[in-house]
Formats: sequence, structure tokens, C-alpha cells
Amino acid sequence: MSAAEHERKKEETVFRGIAASPGIAVGPVFLFQKHVPVINEKTVDPEGIDSEILRLGSAVDRSRRELSKIYDFAKQKLGEHQAKIFEAQVMILEDSVLFDSIDSRIRNERKNVEFIVHDEIEKYRKVMVAASDEYTRERALDVEDVRNRILRNLQEEKLISKLEGSPVIVSQSLAAADALILSRNTILAYVTEVGGVTSHSALLARALKIPAVVGLRHLTAGVHNGERIAVDGYSGVVVVNPTAATLDEILRKQARYKEFEEKLAGLRDLPAETPDGRRVELTANVELPEELEFIKIQGADGIGLYRSESLLLGGEVFPSEEEQYAEYRIFADTMYPKRVVIRTFDIGGDKFMGSQTTRENNPFLGWRGIRVMLDRPELFLEQVRAILRASERKNISMMFPMISNIKELRKARQLVEDAKGQLRARGQAYDDKIRIGIMVEVPAAAVIVEDLAKEVDFVSIGTNDLIQYLLAVDRGNDVVSALYQEFHPAVVRFLRRIIERSKECDIPVAMCGEMAGDPLATILLLGLGLDEFSVVPAALPEIKKIIRSVKYRDAKKIAKKALSLVTEDELKKYLTGVMKEFGLYEGMGE
Amino acid sequence: MIEREVTIRNRAGLHTRPAATLVKLAAKFKSDFIINKDGFEINGKSIIGVMTLAAEQGSTLLLRFNGPDEQEAAAAIQELFDKAFDEPV
Repeated sequence: MSAAEHERKKEETVFRGIAASPGIAVGPVFLFQKHVPVINEKTVDPEGIDSEILRLGSAVDRSRRELSKIYDFAKQKLGEHQAKIFEAQVMILEDSVLFDSIDSRIRNERKNVEFIVHDEIEKYRKVMVAASDEYTRERALDVEDVRNRILRNLQEEKLISKLEGSPVIVSQSLAAADALILSRNTILAYVTEVGGVTSHSALLARALKIPAVVGLRHLTAGVHNGERIAVDGYSGVVVVNPTAATLDEILRKQARYKEFEEKLAGLRDLPAETPDGRRVELTANVELPEELEFIKIQGADGIGLYRSESLLLGGEVFPSEEEQYAEYRIFADTMYPKRVVIRTFDIGGDKFMGSQTTRENNPFLGWRGIRVMLDRPELFLEQVRAILRASERKNISMMFPMISNIKELRKARQLVEDAKGQLRARGQAYDDKIRIGIMVEVPAAAVIVEDLAKEVDFVSIGTNDLIQYLLAVDRGNDVVSALYQEFHPAVVRFLRRIIERSKECDIPVAMCGEMAGDPLATILLLGLGLDEFSVVPAALPEIKKIIRSVKYRDAKKIAKKALSLVTEDELKKYLTGVMKEFGLYEGMGE
Repeated sequence: MIEREVTIRNRAGLHTRPAATLVKLAAKFKSDFIINKDGFEINGKSIIGVMTLAAEQGSTLLLRFNGPDEQEAAAAIQELFDKAFDEPV
């Protein structure tokens, strides 16, 4: 039976894991077996002790030479900073406190060196595995790798580093050092059963731009060497023995992303930074986890606004804490290490669900946003607990909508503290330093922003509502919607006020309204000093292109000039002229 | 013997890089250096020990120095914590 016939008989199996490094690859499986040393406890004769200690010395030397090579290779491939993750491993091999105690145990207990090395390092590894923070738990893998390296060298086994062809590495778990050594071959992708997005091997895969999916339980039992495997590092889906139809679909997706990436002409990996070095954050507004893949390939700095109320769409009941947690966790994991700002339910107004409310004459001036949640603390606490639990990796921020006075903010913050207490009582982990911010969308909040700014970690301007409230225009009402003007001088001056006053309090100012994604507004907002633009995903490349084309120095002058203009028409005309001058007008949606 | 109480100020906590910096600095002194976190003690000159601490931002550590150059060691290490390991706070 030929290999092709053999393959045809295999059934397609789909595994779902956590996308750890973006990209799509299809290739043959190479099952990478982690060296798991077999340790036998033996008693050593008194005269054999010295040779045990010598054996340890040479195994540690060999391990150190291996790791130093890996460290140098990492510096070449990843740069000095990233390579530091291997420095700690090298230092463990030079840890005199550790090896003094191993030496004295060999002498006192008269046990073989393998047993003592394993046992002594295991003590530390166990403490790390039991840690409440994920970071320390992941570092246990690094400690385990050093231990296994010493043990392998004690047993004088060679390190596997050469592979045939271009395989997809499939492994139960993968130490960062192994991932790096293997990358000297042409590796199509890494897939592992354990490990999270914070593991060093996931970090490495991202740095090396090799697709990776982690957390694929029971994978290694279901695949064999040489079988075809398709890895989707955007969605976390891995397909073993894909059918012709599946393969076709995956390859089409690969081609689609490739085409898109080429269109961005390398913009994806470049920072949103002006030619004179002003770096701003360019993030995305999202509602659904399905959008995350797209955002990742667009090269966003994170999620600037996740509208959590999208969870309520179509549902008559509020999702439970567990359901919410599962959803938020997807956002936290998929975006890690980039950050995600979760806005607490912004319901009421135009978005209120079903029959829960009596009809309001002015829903936009009524019971909505934080007002609803503060009146329903049990719902709010449930959501805050879910957000806090998802913040374990410290890449989540929380934001309150519709804040109009300090009291609301304080009350909401108190409830966050209450939620933290509840989680502590349950022994559940969360980020105690979670960043808390508010939407500035009610004019009153803009007027007292200098007071609010002292009690939050960031503010985010919601222009859609802010403009409606400021100009007293319902943009959904055709009769007056023309009066809804993003470039009304009052709006521009109000924005300057919010940005300047907040920055005086040393907190960053974001904007997550539609204006942030309007190319005509980009230079103006940049010049006003906005720190973060959170935009619809499709607008990311264009906004980045503008930011990268205009000097901050010039943007400030342009903003100053814009502030002196007295009608929206003048402002728009001026800004359009500026865009043309910079050669940015081409292809604008006007 | 000198005791100092310090707080982890940098956002990322006592992760691998600051741990390496701390251990390397401690190695320059002759004095013993013990770190106590919530009653759990490790040798501050041992990288594998420091890695087990899981000291996040805001956690308090009790440092103990004992030896001929304990003054200098305490001052140098206190400074490292004070400047948050040169990392974002």
C-alpha cells in the first residue's frame, strides 16, 4: 500500500486548542518526544561518592554549553531582550546554592546523582506548579527543562536537533529551548497538548513567526509520524488527516490571508508611530470572538473596546458568571499578551432587552449604561467577577459606560472591590491591579474630567454619544441628523479639553467612538494628543498609514489651526486640504 | 543582621528578568541574603529559589542580610527594589 493510499484510509479528526501564534500551515507530523528521564534510586558506596560528584560536574558543564549555544542562537534570532528568557536557565546551572545542597545531599544520603538532582529540583518545581499566578506555573516548565537537560547529560544521551524535511512539530509539551533548537530546521508549525499563551515556547513561536496552537488535549495519542496535519494559528483549530474538502478550505483561507497581508505591505508589524517618534496605541472595537482572527492579522495593539452587551443579543436572560467568564477568557487568551478593554454592559437606551423596562420618553436620557448596573448590583457583581477571573494574565482592563458623576464611579469601584473579596473567599485568581477606566460620553463627565481622572487609570472618549448629547441631536432622527457634526468646533474644542485635562493627571486618553476610525479626523486627533485610537477592525491599516505619514510636530500645528476655525465646513475643508498635501487623500471614503 | 521590608513596584512583578538582576547583584556581596514572602523563605542568591516566589506587583517581601558587608548589600538591593528594577510601574 502506497503512502497516499494509506492516507486516504485515515479519518479526519478535528482538535480545538488555543491559538498561540498566528499563521496557517499544512505538513507532515513529527512527533517530538520530550526526554522524560527514568530515575532509579540507588545507594552509592562511600568510595563512589566522588565519582558521582564528578559525573554531576561534567553533566552540568555539558548542559551549560548546550544552553549557552541556545542563548547565543536566541540572541541572533530574537534579539538580546527576548533571548533573556534563556538567561535564567543558564543561571540555574550556575546556582551555587542549589548545587551546594545537591552535593551535600549526595555525600550525606549516599544516593546516586540522578536521584538527588531530580528530587532537589522537584522541590522547587512543585512550589512553582502550585503557584496561583499563571506566569510562575509556566516557569515551572523552564525549571523542568533544565532538570531534564542535566539528567539527559548524566545518562549521556544526545540532544535531538536535526530533522528531516519540513514537519509540523507535535508534542505533549515543548520547552522553549527545544522549540528554539528545532527552529534551526524548517518548522511549519508547533502544536502541543499543554502550555498556555504565556509559555515561553508560545512567545518564541510568535517571535519566530511560526504558527502555533497549544492546549490540544489528547492530541499526541491521535496522530502518527508522517500523517498530514493542518494547523490554523488564527483560530486554534488543528485537523489531522484533513479531507480534500477541508484541505481546500484551509488552503483558501491561507491564500486569502496571504493576499491581505501583502496588501498591507508590511504595515501589520510596524507600530502606529509618527515619523518623529510619537507612538500611539492603535486598537480595535469588537463585539464577537469571531472578529478576533481578523484583528490579529490586522496588527492591532489590542482591543480598545469590547462591547460586552453583545453577549445579550438574542438572549432573554443574562448569561451566568461562568458563561461570561468563558467568553471573556477567549478574548484574553486570543489577544494575549496584548490587552483587552472590556466595557461592562451598556444596556438601555437603544439596546435594552425585551420586556424588562417600561417605556421611557427619552431613553437616551434615561435608564442606561452604568445607571442600570448600579441599580442591579447582583448582575453587575456577576459580570465584574467574570471579568476579574478572565484578568488572571493581566491583559484585561475594565471600563464603565455612561458615567456622569464621581459618585457613580466610586460606587462602581466599590462593587469591584466587593467582587474581588468574593473571589478571594473562593480562592480564585484575578489581577488585583486591573486597570479601571471610564467612557467619557456624557458632557458632564467631560466637564469634570480632571476630577474623574484622579480616580481612574484611563479614560476613553465615546464620540457617538458625546456628540449627540453635546449638540442635542439625535442622529437617528432624519429631520435633524444633518446637525450631527463630528467636526463641529464645539466638539473639537471639547475633545481638546478632555485630552488636555486627563493628560495633566498623567492618565492615557483613548477614543473608541466612530470618529477615531474616521481618516479625516486622524491627524487632528493625533495633534490634540490622543494616546489611543480604538477603531473598527477594517479601518486599522488606513489609520495606521496616516499616523505613520505625519510628524507629531506637524499634527500639533494642524490641530492648533483647526481649533481656530469656526464652522464645520471650514474645518473639513482645511483637513481635506491637509490630507491632500500629505498624499493621503487617495482612496478615502468620501 | 539587617532587615528591610520592600514592595514590588513594577507592574510585571518579580519575573525572570528582575529575578536574574537581583540574584546577580546579591552575588556581589559576601553577606547571606534571605527573602521571606508570607513566611516562605528562600536564599536570595539562588535564582531557582527566587523564581518560586511568585511575587506580584504590590507584594511585600522581608529581606534579611547577615554578614561583613550587610550594610552595603542592604543599601544596593533596597535601591533595586525602589527603582522597580527599571521597569514600568
